[in-house]
Amino acid sequence: MPTQATPDGPAIELRGATKRFRSSSGGVHTAIRDLDLTVKSGEFVAVVGPTGCGKSTTLSLVSGLEPASEGQALVHGRPVVGIPEGVGYMFQNDAVLPWRSVLDNVATGPRYRGLTKRAAREKARDWVERVGLGGFESYYPHQLSGGMRKRVALAQTLVGEPSILLMDEPFSALDVQTRSLMQDELLRLWSGTGTARGAAVVFVTHDLEEAVVLGDRVVVMTAGPATVKASFDVPLERPRDAEEIRLTPEFLDIYREVWESLRGEVQITRERGAGNAA
Amino acid sequence: MLPDTSEREVVGADDGQARAIAQSRAARRRRLAGINVVRVLLVVAVLGSWELAATHWIDPFYYSKPSAIWGRLVDWFTTGTSQGSIWTQIAVTLEEALIGFALGSVGGVVLGIVLGRSRFLSDVCAPFIKAANAIPRIILASLFVIWFGLGMSSKVATAFVLVFFAVFFNAFQGAREVDRNLVNNARILGASRMQVLTTIVVPSATSWILASLHSAFGFAIIGAVVGEYSGADKGLGLLINHAQGTFDSAGIYAGMIIITVIALLAEWLLTLLERRLLRWRPPASSLEAQI
Repeated sequence: MPTQATPDGPAIELRGATKRFRSSSGGVHTAIRDLDLTVKSGEFVAVVGPTGCGKSTTLSLVSGLEPASEGQALVHGRPVVGIPEGVGYMFQNDAVLPWRSVLDNVATGPRYRGLTKRAAREKARDWVERVGLGGFESYYPHQLSGGMRKRVALAQTLVGEPSILLMDEPFSALDVQTRSLMQDELLRLWSGTGTARGAAVVFVTHDLEEAVVLGDRVVVMTAGPATVKASFDVPLERPRDAEEIRLTPEFLDIYREVWESLRGEVQITRERGAGNAA
Repeated sequence: MLPDTSEREVVGADDGQARAIAQSRAARRRRLAGINVVRVLLVVAVLGSWELAATHWIDPFYYSKPSAIWGRLVDWFTTGTSQGSIWTQIAVTLEEALIGFALGSVGGVVLGIVLGRSRFLSDVCAPFIKAANAIPRIILASLFVIWFGLGMSSKVATAFVLVFFAVFFNAFQGAREVDRNLVNNARILGASRMQVLTTIVVPSATSWILASLHSAFGFAIIGAVVGEYSGADKGLGLLINHAQGTFDSAGIYAGMIIITVIALLAEWLLTLLERRLLRWRPPASSLEAQI
């Protein structure tokens, strides 16, 4: 596990981060503007915002896949240049390699980092078991269901024992039942005896329910260009059961509170969408 | 009473399923048999009417006829051709085609992937490649005979040029259309630039490249034959050229048939290779639907 430069400092810090893209028509599109966000190590932050507001861009700044146009991104107190050590990133779409078996998919990261094939596979085998795919080691991704592919992607990310875990709507393509199963699984792996324990998580989603179920804190983003509108602590106890907790009054209270804040932004996005359609 | 009936129902259902499977299998066999019978009839009808027409109405000197072509093939394989043993001719042409195919596909794959991954290089080279692709490459065969002489190398060069472009464009496209998601994921997992190339780009482009190899081997044989045709001392192209020179239309057909058989065999081998390399792909849905 990578040593943390400042053990008590925040795991992730964005200071006045702005990201602009050149659009295909020659104009400039601002995805996020002047965004400040701090995530403590071991904290589970869920980020919600209207569709297409720039939530994913926030993650790509932290991961080092894209540099910030202005402002700063810091991971463990150090400015992000290239891809920082100890970052795991789970994408919205499957990023499992279709030509590799489940086991070799999970072994991909360790192989890149220089482990021998045997050592990488041994490590991978352990994680395949942990995400509940024991017995499917030699299957190819096309032989698995959507939920199982997500488990492969999860194992592929967690096998690197990241201290920072970035998740970009990873479960949005799953059906409702599989989704809550995967939410439980994620919470179990994150808070359980696994090595992912204590990882700082930034979980982007457009599903407020999911955000409240998972997060210690829910951050609401404005309609694009995105910046932080508000932040809510989720006073629900852990361990949580993804299915059951939705029915408690405490859940509904915090849900209503966050929704009050999110509603305005969703409204703005909808009106814009209607404007574009007209 | 009750358990009895339900059990009988279950057994009945299993029976029904087994019967349905047997029926669908039999139907499939019948269908395949029917297709093959019609195919054979079609061949017999075409060859028969040709033979009949050439015997009674049209001039077999120009159009030849199936029995004459068959006679020529038997003659070539038993007593040899005007240029020596038929096996020597086949071996020479095959060797030229294989060397041209190997060099052309390696060159096409390497350059296609390099240009496909480098925006700058591909922008620089784009107009030249377009121009090179527009050249009627068959004409190069004449040039190569002047450059490399009547030996094997001029034919290899012709086959190389034809194969190279066919493979190059597919490799280029394949390398360009790599899923960005997969590349980003690999980078996050710690892959170096080289590792991204070998573990993501090359496997992604493989299905494109393999698709092009099918037609590329056909091009390799065309290249070798055309090369021989424009000047050679051995090979199937020379044999056909000689047949043309002596107004031996049966010889031209016979040469054509031999080349066709070689191309089909090569196609079959490539299909085996493709199946081996693309094991990870889901089976084509059309196969399942047929059952």
